[in-house]
Amino acid sequence: MVSPETDNIRFDLRIIASTIKPGSRVLDLGCGNGDLLAWLAVNKKVIGTGIEQDKKKAAACIARGLSVLQGDLNQEVDDYPDCSFDYVILSQTLQQVFEPARLLYSLARIGRKVIVSFPNFSHYSIRLQLLLKGIAPKNDQLPYSWYDSPNIRVITLKDFRKFARDVGYNILKEIAISSDPASNEGRIIRKFTNIRAAYGIYIIEKIRTS
Amino acid sequence: MSTPVSHQPTLQPIVKEYYTFAEPPAEITLESGARLGPVTLAYETFGNLNAARDNAILVAHAFSGDSHAAGHYTTDSEGEKPGWWNFMIGPGKGIDTDKYFVVCPNILGSCMGSTGPSSINPATGKPYGLNFPMMTIGDIVTTQKTLVDHLGIKRLHGVIGGSVGGMQVLEWCVRYPEFVRAAVAIATTMRHSALAIAFNEIARQAIMADPNWNKGNYYGSNKPDLGLAVARMVGHVTYLSDQAMRRKFGRKLQDKETFSFGFDGDFQIESYLRHQGSKFVNRFDANSVLYITKASDYFDVVDRMGRIEGPGNNTREKTKHLVISYTSDWLYPTYQAKELVQTLKRSGQDVSFCEIEADCGHDAFLIPDERLTTLIRGFFDGLS
Repeated sequence: MVSPETDNIRFDLRIIASTIKPGSRVLDLGCGNGDLLAWLAVNKKVIGTGIEQDKKKAAACIARGLSVLQGDLNQEVDDYPDCSFDYVILSQTLQQVFEPARLLYSLARIGRKVIVSFPNFSHYSIRLQLLLKGIAPKNDQLPYSWYDSPNIRVITLKDFRKFARDVGYNILKEIAISSDPASNEGRIIRKFTNIRAAYGIYIIEKIRTS
Repeated sequence: MSTPVSHQPTLQPIVKEYYTFAEPPAEITLESGARLGPVTLAYETFGNLNAARDNAILVAHAFSGDSHAAGHYTTDSEGEKPGWWNFMIGPGKGIDTDKYFVVCPNILGSCMGSTGPSSINPATGKPYGLNFPMMTIGDIVTTQKTLVDHLGIKRLHGVIGGSVGGMQVLEWCVRYPEFVRAAVAIATTMRHSALAIAFNEIARQAIMADPNWNKGNYYGSNKPDLGLAVARMVGHVTYLSDQAMRRKFGRKLQDKETFSFGFDGDFQIESYLRHQGSKFVNRFDANSVLYITKASDYFDVVDRMGRIEGPGNNTREKTKHLVISYTSDWLYPTYQAKELVQTLKRSGQDVSFCEIEADCGHDAFLIPDERLTTLIRGFFDGLS
């Protein structure tokens, strides 16, 4: 069996997990130590695969019984046939991708549904930091300076909705959350999401013209 | 007793066993079309087969390996080395013999107890020599399947091997996909590159250029020891890496302060390779080197790998694959492991991949490494 230790997974991952149908085929990009995949395997009996760049993390995933490929997700996704997965998950990675449009195109090709989450750069604390202090945003969720940040893409919920409309993705679901990275806790934001949400989670699919 | 008592559980003493089949006129037909029989496979087993007969793991050894994968023989004297993968196989180890029944057969064409060119040809009463039919990795695996059936194994929990052992793993996956639950291919390739064939050809030419080789007919007289030693030296270089050789030897001199200005061997690397060469001559047959290197050069599983089907479309029943490569392996570099992974992904197989950082080259899988042990333990145990 896949080793558990999955009770206390991150809030945003719990939200993502709750949207996945039991028994699905799932690809988790940048799966880290495999907490989400392990949780899904135990609780939802999914057939999961992960991709993780970090060799130690990938090895840790395999050692707990998960199917995980160590490699660069931008390249690894190209090898799968169309609709290989029911869900492809890109959790808090989109803002670090060099060619996000190309990547999402691939994901929507290999997966029936794509679940993508990212930090919302229009959160009021970020706006205030920029407005009042005149410095690039830095906080608990985004603990980097401009020169060492892996987050090379600045995205807001509004931006993503527009992108989906322009490129041709159906947004099946949008979940805005605020969460505390330290405690794994968080809550769902329902009003004024573009200002109040720390993260956006979107379930999208390609508009397939038959 | 001056030595501390070890609480580490160890394997029961091992006995090398033999299974002979395909007695004439029921010879087996090899891939080349030639017939061969009788066929004997030497093998060793570790642990116990369970009642369901489905906890067996087949360990496929590399080109010059043997069935002695772990533990000590009942006949071993004090200080004898244990089997070649002793750090991996045993009670509580990466391949846990408390859980699994481990089988390690010596490959067809070898000289470590299984039928090969040094075996007696029943037609002539003399060793086969070059009359031994050319066998392939496919033939090696089909004879292993006969042994596995003979042992009463219903389905293999796993097949695992490195290098030429990894080729056997891949061959198992394409020939008997329904029979293999989990496959671990380590430091291997779907087919040899020109570089790999080149080194094998140099090894073969070294043997065949030795006047004692006598077209393979040297049994009972002087053997092509010099040629075989040179073949091993070449092979050994390909199993190491630039980094490992720099770390271990550099330009250090052997037992001297200055150059001898001659050809006796000044550098440590020279004396190391000579030592490896002469050690090999004592345990291995030159004709077996010719046959096994050729079989690995012929091996090409690319097309068949892209077409493997599990039973039905049920993903859970498909073989789980684990591919492992090493950063400093220049014989079968990581790009070749990635090609394998790519092929498996394209054909919808369940595959995991991990490249391990190690500077010791191709042979890294034979060197104790907790990372490899942990990976393999988790992979085999993770099958629900």
